[in-house]
Amino acid sequence: MTTVDDLVEPGDRLSAVRCDGERPLADLAPGARATVTRVTTAGSPATARRLRDLGFTPGTVVQVVRRAPLRDPVVYLVKDYEVCLRRAQAACVYTVRADG
Amino acid sequence: MSADCHDTGDSGTGAVLTDVPRVALVGSPNAGKTSVFNSLTGLKAKTGNYPGVTVARFVGTFRVGGRGYVVEDLPGTYSLEPISPDEQITVDVLDGRLENVPRPDALLVVVDATTLRRSLGFVAQVLARGLPTCVVVTFTDELTRRQGHLDVEALGQALGVPVLPVVGHRGHGIGELRERLAEWRSWPRPVLPPPADPDESDAWAESVLAFAGYRSAERHRVTQRVDAVLLHPVLGTAVFFVVMLLFFQTVFTLAAPLQGYVEAFFGWLSGLVAAHVHVAWLSGLLGDAVIGGVGGVLVFVPQIVLLFLLIALLEGVGYMSRAAFLMDRVMARAGLEGRAFVALLSSFACAIPGIMATRTLPSANDRVATMMAAPLMTCSARLPVYVLLIGLLVDPSVKVGPFGAQGLVMFGMYLLGAVSAMLAAWAFKRLGDRRGLVMPFYMEMPPYRLPAPRSVLVAMWDSSRSFIRKCSTIIMVTTVGLWLLLNLPLQSAAQMRAAGVDPGDATAVSSYVVDHSYAADLGRLVAPVFDPLGFDWRVNVGVLSAQSARETFVATLGQVAAAEDPEHPAQVLRSMTYPDGPRAGQRVFTAPTIAALLVYFAYALQCMATVGIMRRETGTWKWPAVAFTYLTATAWVMAYLARTITTMLGG
Repeated sequence: MTTVDDLVEPGDRLSAVRCDGERPLADLAPGARATVTRVTTAGSPATARRLRDLGFTPGTVVQVVRRAPLRDPVVYLVKDYEVCLRRAQAACVYTVRADG
Repeated sequence: MSADCHDTGDSGTGAVLTDVPRVALVGSPNAGKTSVFNSLTGLKAKTGNYPGVTVARFVGTFRVGGRGYVVEDLPGTYSLEPISPDEQITVDVLDGRLENVPRPDALLVVVDATTLRRSLGFVAQVLARGLPTCVVVTFTDELTRRQGHLDVEALGQALGVPVLPVVGHRGHGIGELRERLAEWRSWPRPVLPPPADPDESDAWAESVLAFAGYRSAERHRVTQRVDAVLLHPVLGTAVFFVVMLLFFQTVFTLAAPLQGYVEAFFGWLSGLVAAHVHVAWLSGLLGDAVIGGVGGVLVFVPQIVLLFLLIALLEGVGYMSRAAFLMDRVMARAGLEGRAFVALLSSFACAIPGIMATRTLPSANDRVATMMAAPLMTCSARLPVYVLLIGLLVDPSVKVGPFGAQGLVMFGMYLLGAVSAMLAAWAFKRLGDRRGLVMPFYMEMPPYRLPAPRSVLVAMWDSSRSFIRKCSTIIMVTTVGLWLLLNLPLQSAAQMRAAGVDPGDATAVSSYVVDHSYAADLGRLVAPVFDPLGFDWRVNVGVLSAQSARETFVATLGQVAAAEDPEHPAQVLRSMTYPDGPRAGQRVFTAPTIAALLVYFAYALQCMATVGIMRRETGTWKWPAVAFTYLTATAWVMAYLARTITTMLGG
């Protein structure tokens, strides 16, 4: 979609600022791989903190594994394990497309 | 380095020397914490509640080197930044801020080797607490099998604390862990504490993993393949319904005959009493009240044990999180989450395992809301009552299309229960959320694992034992109390003859005794309350007796109506009429009354075992009282509505 995505180094924390191809995790389709850029505190600071403790830290690569039959929740592969989040929580995690 | 290490102990914990050292287990929910806890303590664990909250507490003991130790299995958590009351408990215990729960002397952090990349952040948070800490790495066998690698020794060097591999379900490493625990005072502490800043935590974790030669496990191929089917939008849903169907089929087909044996055995016992004890009241008290009470507890056991076995199996394999994943969207409509589905589903068999299954819910609000809803699901004890009443209400030959009308009404009762339960859960969730924070939803999907038979059996045994221990008293007291109400005051043969009853006619005697009992007085006393529903005092006695267990209603009503066979009183009830009052001579069991009774049984909390288990799970009398009050009030209102509507329809 954007060429900027491909230029962004995974793990570069500044990418969140530079890159306009940033998308919330909730918008990604199954099979997509993306690098976390930031976790917003829009929901609540406690939720943001928990998402980080679950492994959604800036620089981490997340893969969308599958959606539930009614499209929500969604299973993600992050830090070598699978965890499912509802759309509301996944919307707090911003990502850019990951290479490979 | 021996158990006797008074000299090597650090200062500041001197007071503890005389006490028993306390060790706490911390870790994330699927890390194998409970398995380590069970291996350490055997079956000597005690379950209870933390003061004032609905969080179960597990404490056990073990001995090594001639010294006793207390182990506490803290609620599983992914973080020490609490977002729920349960997690607050874990943090408060670690910081020694909880009343009557002493701060632990040493900590065991249990981490799953296959999720080490995520878990190290949690380890860092625990190490920051500054308590003597040992890291227990589980599932190292699985890591190797999935082509991963970890140098446990090097991990210990990198973290600066003891690290031990333990394969909990096989018991590997438990001996070493016990010996290590004996030396807790001399455990090394980290030279440099891990970074507190979460932004630096990742870099620290990666450097630790690199030092320990960590290679992640390959994705579990079996899990990927099985999930492709079990979580498939169409296939997965179909499999889910088949699994649930089998679940109930097993419970009903296997438990029903076992329950029959239990009933038959206690029937035989009370028969023995009747044959050998010739004092009528003593024989009744022993045979019907005491033996009946014990039987009343034990008759639940086959079903409960079986339910817990199946729940433990599905949980151990990893299917429960899949079922919760599939059902989350549906449950979200009631404000709950997928995991509550399992609890509500079990309640179709019996509310007790359903209420105990709420332990898996991370949010306290969800737990209470689910517990308040569980008694509304149509449990198997309601079935005999529904069968009797529907038999009176609907002619078996009436058909609606290809379906028998009786079956449709029965289906309607199940539907009524399920819909009401969802509405109740929604209402209680709304009320609860107004007071507390709404928790975000997240759920780990562990790989499919073959559960160790031992841990499945321990889970089953634990739940069954706590049911028997906590509920037997309340069921016994209710049964004996109700027996006394139904049989006192004592009637002598002379009194009966004077009233024109032949003391040799057992049916007439039991009918006479009940008609002149305190229960009958009570039934007449509450008559004004139930009169608008069309219940006469004899129905009230039946409803009252159902308080210990719903199915008692059938036999008591049979007794009151002086049926030849109290277990099948339909014939007598059909022709039962009001003996006095404005409706004297009219039939009691008219369609509006039966409809009201059916609906009353659908809502009322007529199960003291459920009340007992709510008390146990929440740790206070508040929630059972709330449940009892709201369910009884709803039962009355809904029964009144049912009566009014049936009357209007021309019943």
